[in-house]
Amino acid sequence: MKKLIAFLIAGVLIFGMISCSPPSDPNSKPTPTTEPGEKIRVGLVLSVGGRGDKSFNDSAYRGLVWARDRLGVEITEGQPKQMAEDENYIRTFAEEGYDIVIAVGFLMKPAIEKVAKEFPNQKFAIIDEVVDAPNVASLVFEEHQGSFLVGALAGLKTKSNKVGFIGGMDVPLIHKFEVGYQEGVKYTNPEAKVYIKYTGSSSDAFHDPTKGKQLANAMFNQGVDIIYHAAGSTGNGVIDAAAEKKKFAIGVDSNQNYMRPGFVLTSMVKKVDVAVFEIIKEVKEGRFKGGVHKFGLENDGVGYALDEYNKDLIDQKMKDKLEEIKSKIISGEIKVTNYIEEQKNK
Amino acid sequence: MNNFITLISSLFIITLQTSTPLLFAALGGILSERSGVINIGLEGMMLTGAFAGGAIGVLTGNPWIGILGAIFAGSIMGLIHAVFCLKLRANHVISGLAINIFASGLTIFLTQAFFNGERSFEITKRFTSIGPFIPLVYIGILLVFILQGFLYRIPTGLRLRATGELPIAADTAGVNVMKYKFMAVIASGALAAIGGAYLPYFAGSFTKDMSAGRGYIALAAVIFGNWNPGRAFIACLIFGLAEAMQMTFSNSIIPSQFMKMLPYIITIIALVGFIGKSTPPYSLGKPYEKRES
Repeated sequence: MKKLIAFLIAGVLIFGMISCSPPSDPNSKPTPTTEPGEKIRVGLVLSVGGRGDKSFNDSAYRGLVWARDRLGVEITEGQPKQMAEDENYIRTFAEEGYDIVIAVGFLMKPAIEKVAKEFPNQKFAIIDEVVDAPNVASLVFEEHQGSFLVGALAGLKTKSNKVGFIGGMDVPLIHKFEVGYQEGVKYTNPEAKVYIKYTGSSSDAFHDPTKGKQLANAMFNQGVDIIYHAAGSTGNGVIDAAAEKKKFAIGVDSNQNYMRPGFVLTSMVKKVDVAVFEIIKEVKEGRFKGGVHKFGLENDGVGYALDEYNKDLIDQKMKDKLEEIKSKIISGEIKVTNYIEEQKNK
Repeated sequence: MNNFITLISSLFIITLQTSTPLLFAALGGILSERSGVINIGLEGMMLTGAFAGGAIGVLTGNPWIGILGAIFAGSIMGLIHAVFCLKLRANHVISGLAINIFASGLTIFLTQAFFNGERSFEITKRFTSIGPFIPLVYIGILLVFILQGFLYRIPTGLRLRATGELPIAADTAGVNVMKYKFMAVIASGALAAIGGAYLPYFAGSFTKDMSAGRGYIALAAVIFGNWNPGRAFIACLIFGLAEAMQMTFSNSIIPSQFMKMLPYIITIIALVGFIGKSTPPYSLGKPYEKRES
């Protein structure tokens, strides 16, 4: 009896552990072993936040689905449960000879660096980081430009002259959002004070909406009336706090305006979906190139979201001003600090 | 002056909001450890409660039924831990860790299964707040007094403590040791799960791994509180206040990294014995087998 119970429990536990192994999408078909090269196969490894963050990962997944529907490629996505599993997913896809393996998120840089060396003929792509290898396409976004724009909007919209920023994990990539945002606020409203908080210093900081909401509440209590978050699903809590306190939040990565209509001023959209789709298209058309691919205001890789949910929050004057700033950034008249490059040059 | 009052009330509110989930888990931890079973699985039990509480609340449209669901799911986690530790006499710490890993995987799997492949979901029906807090906050504080009385005044509670101190003596006195230990660990899971269920109802959504280390901090509160409900409550308040201060004051005054390690430093100091004497239950972590003779 005792043994039976032990076996049963061990079985249940193992089930729990393997339930997240690739391929985890219930819709994905088992990998076919025949006709290699006939159909392009794409393996996408999501960042630890996973699908449902209404933000970064969901955006990447959307791009993947577009590629399936419009280019007819075969897709499989891997959702690591923790950072330590990233490399396994990437290696599994590479071993199975996927046409391209896309790593979503800067946390996977070391894993891609390692696996790309082992599989020099395999094509890889990484989002948000630069990996220096001929077979890796690095898809980077000019988040500082998009953040500058939403910062400028926050500067125009604020009534208390206090605006906030809540970051996820305290890492250079998120500082890039923060610095651009600050500069944007100061550009349209030199008087305004910017409150800055980070959720934490581990990857937990990207999936802790409870803490996100508390941080936002603390800021709102201090008179802040607009908070921009760059914190993955932690930001769901920030947006919830804004709706509860009847203040504004600014979404990030995906268009989050719909989450609490009327309380999300806008979203700094980072078109991860476009980037994922484009790189798959390049593979399909046989013009894949390694190296850095930049997505900025110029090629619509970043921007601010305007839709039916926030059209009443942004008046024509603000819109005109934002368009003016946008063209000035593109022409180079306004220089936005890129925190990461700044750090490198130091 | 007005600013000062707002600041204090903001600190007070955030402190209680932060400490409530810790408090439930810590009370659960106390019950389990008072019966002699180390419960490092609080983190996983909280996460289970967060998922079950949120999901069942969404499905039934009633947050209170969600809480009942969390209690049920947490009890099952407690039962698994109890079977491992007591029946199979596994190492308590390893069983606890297994619970944590299991809960993380299981909640992600179930979230994806029920909420079209995503790893988060929105809470549709919320609690009505009483004052600045949702009802769970008040229930938590009430529970501190109930458990304090239970463990130190009521015979059942005294027997429970005996099973964690010297089970042989309790056995000789006619106490069904195994039954007490089982009940304590199951209750521990249920309490931790309520603490977990607080998280999605507070934040408005469930996200994978949203317990984010709170179970371990609760465990620190158990130790810092010297396995006593009242003192553990104070410990939770201190941890909550530290966090609230970190959230309220700018980073230049107190580095956030320092605040983040504060609970652990306090725990180490408590363990080393600078703040009173730390006396864990005598038979904590030791397996017990009834002697048949």
